[in-house]
Amino acid sequence: MDSPAGYLHLGIILISYPNLIVIGLMIVVFAIALVAPFHGVGGERREGRR
Amino acid sequence: MSESWTIRVREYMERRLPSANLLPDRQPYYVGSWVYVFGVVTIAALVWVVVSGMVLAFFGPQWWHETAIGRFFNSLHFWSVQMFFVFMVLHLWGQYFAAGWRDGRAKTWMAGVLIFLVSIVAAFTGYVSQQNFDSQWIAVNAKDAMNSVGAGSFFNVLNFGQMYGLHVVLIPLAVLFLVALHVVLVRMKGVVKPIGWREAEEA
Repeated sequence: MDSPAGYLHLGIILISYPNLIVIGLMIVVFAIALVAPFHGVGGERREGRR
Repeated sequence: MSESWTIRVREYMERRLPSANLLPDRQPYYVGSWVYVFGVVTIAALVWVVVSGMVLAFFGPQWWHETAIGRFFNSLHFWSVQMFFVFMVLHLWGQYFAAGWRDGRAKTWMAGVLIFLVSIVAAFTGYVSQQNFDSQWIAVNAKDAMNSVGAGSFFNVLNFGQMYGLHVVLIPLAVLFLVALHVVLVRMKGVVKPIGWREAEEA
């Protein structure tokens, strides 16, 4: 934990692995939020379309 | 128009922000998605940031470095800030792809932009207020950046008192005011309709 983080270096891209993992997890959470069913939506449909 | 400014303000509030809009009990169908939860999770994280920050401010640097409970609250403050930024960026992605600035919501979008920018200053002043080697290293490097843009004379990152004062008083006030403004603007205009919603409704 006390040692410096490893870095990914691809051309002009330089990013630490911890930051890369966080960004990857954020993309996963965002994708899940787009497709996961949201509770209680069924009853609201007609109300919202008025 | 009434001559009394209190009546004018009241009438403006009643016209632009009726109580049913301020505290609604129903939302449109399209709000039923987890993407719309990111904003409120960001606010929940901000509550933890403020509460843990108040505890840290009460007991001081020696306590948060040297005692187990102090280190716990220090970590709570740090990780709630991580959650605040992660969910603020997820909220930003959601609103960006929904083009959340449409239909007269430019002020809401710009208030969000300001929250993001001020929060970065809040995080920075927090890093240089830690009172450890990390914060000294960050401050010594950052002073060169501040001097290079000519801001070093009035924003001295090596001055702990100035950074700590900004971090615990002025910047939190700015963030909380902007978040309140952002939420009120959202309530005044409502949540933006999905792209193509009107066309689908008319079809």
